[in-house]
Amino acid sequence: MDKIIITVVGKDTKGIIARVSGYLYQEGINILDISQTILDDMFNMMLIADMQDCTKEFGEVADDLRILGEEIGLRILAQKEEIFTKMHRI
Amino acid sequence: MINLFEVRETNKMIEQELLDVRTITMGISLLDCVDSDVARLNDRIYEKITRLGSELVKTGEEISKDFGIPIVNKRVSVTPASLIGAGACRTPEDFVSIAKNLDRAAKAIGINFLGGYSALVNKGLTPSERLLIESIPEALSETDYVCSSVNVGSTRTGIDMDAVRLMGDIVRKTAELTADRDSLGCAKLVIFCNAPDDNPFMAGAFHGVTEGDAVINVGVSGPGVVKSALEKVRGESFEVLCETIKKTAFKVTRVGQLVAQEASRRLNVPFGIVDLSLAPTPAIGDSVAEILEQMGLERAGAPGTTAALAILNDQVKKGGVMASSYVGGLSGAFIPVSEDQGMIDAVLEGALSLEKLEAMTCVCSVGLDMIAIPGDTPASTIAGIIADEAAIGMINQKTTAVRLIPVIGKGVGETATFGGLLGYAPIMPVNRFRCDAFVDRTGRIPAPIHSFKN
Repeated sequence: MDKIIITVVGKDTKGIIARVSGYLYQEGINILDISQTILDDMFNMMLIADMQDCTKEFGEVADDLRILGEEIGLRILAQKEEIFTKMHRI
Repeated sequence: MINLFEVRETNKMIEQELLDVRTITMGISLLDCVDSDVARLNDRIYEKITRLGSELVKTGEEISKDFGIPIVNKRVSVTPASLIGAGACRTPEDFVSIAKNLDRAAKAIGINFLGGYSALVNKGLTPSERLLIESIPEALSETDYVCSSVNVGSTRTGIDMDAVRLMGDIVRKTAELTADRDSLGCAKLVIFCNAPDDNPFMAGAFHGVTEGDAVINVGVSGPGVVKSALEKVRGESFEVLCETIKKTAFKVTRVGQLVAQEASRRLNVPFGIVDLSLAPTPAIGDSVAEILEQMGLERAGAPGTTAALAILNDQVKKGGVMASSYVGGLSGAFIPVSEDQGMIDAVLEGALSLEKLEAMTCVCSVGLDMIAIPGDTPASTIAGIIADEAAIGMINQKTTAVRLIPVIGKGVGETATFGGLLGYAPIMPVNRFRCDAFVDRTGRIPAPIHSFKN
C-alpha cells in the first residue's frame, strides 16, 4: 500500500468526482475511500487512494491534480498519508 | 482510517494557522578537516560540507511536497570554528578566510544559513578562541549566511567575565561594521550561557563535539496553531488551558518528528533531535505574544506575562516530549522582539520593556533575542546585560542567550529594519546607569552551588 490523501475544497460544481476519479483511473491509482461534506458553505471532499500500481512519481501526480483543480476552479491537494496518521494517531 | 475532519484540521493548521517546519538543520563535524595549513583546511571544509549537504535542500523540498507542509529553512551547523582553526589560524584574518569559505559552501548547496562560527569559552579563552572572537565583526560583515555564537558561561563552570567584557566590544564593533544595514551583523551573533550542542535554530546553531559525524535536527514552529486552539477555550480553567496547549504541541511536534525521520532516511544521515520551540515570524497570527494575549493579557509585558509564559513553555515541552523519540535543542517558546508582530506592538505601546523581557527569559526557552537598542549604548553596558542574562542561565540551569542589536546612528523612537524572517524592531531604551567598574573586573564568576535549592 502507498496511501495518499486527496482533498478538494471549493465551490460545488458538476463532475468534480468524475474528473478526479477519471484522472486516478487513468494513472492506475485505486480509490479506497471517499467522503464529502459541505463546511462553511464550501464543498469539501477527501479521497483516500493507493498509488502502489501507479508508474508516476508522487510529485507528478500532485502537480497533475493541482492543475486539474485550477481547470475546474477548485483547490486540489494531494499529500502522503503519514502526515495525518502521525498527527492524529498514537 | 483517517477521516475528513482530521484531514481538514491538519490542513487548516498549515493553511490558516501558519504551521510549518521551521528548519531542517544538518549538523556536520569538521573535526576530520583539521590541518596546519589554512588553505588546505579550507579546501577540506568546503569539500565535506558540499559533499554531505549536497542533497539537503532538494530533499527538504521533496518532503515538503509529499506531505504538503512548508519547510521554511534548510541549514547546516558545523563544529565550532575556533576548534577547527586552532592549528592553522595565526591571525584574525585567517579565521575570516574560514568564514568566507563557509559562506561559499553555504551558497554552493543553496542553504539559508550556516551556524558554527563559534567559540565555547565558558571557563577560559585559548589563543585561537580569542582570535576567532576578534574576527567576528569582520567575518559577519563580509559574509551573508554565516552565523556566529559564543558560549561565555555554564552552570558547571561559572561565567568567564573576560569573555563577557570582550563580547560587549565585539557586539559594538559588529554593529559598526554593518552600520549601513541597520547593524544587521548583530542579528547573526548570539552570546550563550549553557549553549546546547544540538540546537537547529539560528543564529546559535553549532555542531557540538560530542555529536556524531553528521546528524539531522529539526526545529518545528506553530505559534499560530496554539493561539487558534486557545481561542476556543477562552475563560476556561488553567487545567483546560494547559491541556489544550499540551495537545496542540503534541500534534505540531508529530509533524516535526515525521519530517526528521524522513529527512534522516532519505539523506542517510542519523536523526538527532526535534527541537520543540514555538518560533514566531513577523507574519500576522504567527506570534508568541498573541498566545500570551489569548491567555488573558491585554498586551505582552502586562503583569502576569512571566506566569503566562512559564505555563506556555512548560506545557509545550510536556506535549511535545511524547510526540518525538528524541527531543533536544532549545525546546520551548522563543520571545524575539523583531520577529514577532505582537512583541513589536507591545513595545510600541509601552507595554514591554527590556527589564520585563529579562524577567521573561527566566522562564522562556532562550533569552533576550533580536532586541534593537540605541546605537550609542556603551560596550560595558552591553557586557553588563550579557552578564545578567548569563547569570540567569547559570543559576537556573537553563540556556540563556543575548542577541542585541545596537543600531548605529539610531536612537529610541526610531526603527531598525532587518528584512525577511528577521523582521523589524523599534529601538528600546536601555538603563543609562553605568556598570563599567563591575564588568572591568578580570577573571571568572565561580560556578554556583546546587545543593541548597531554597
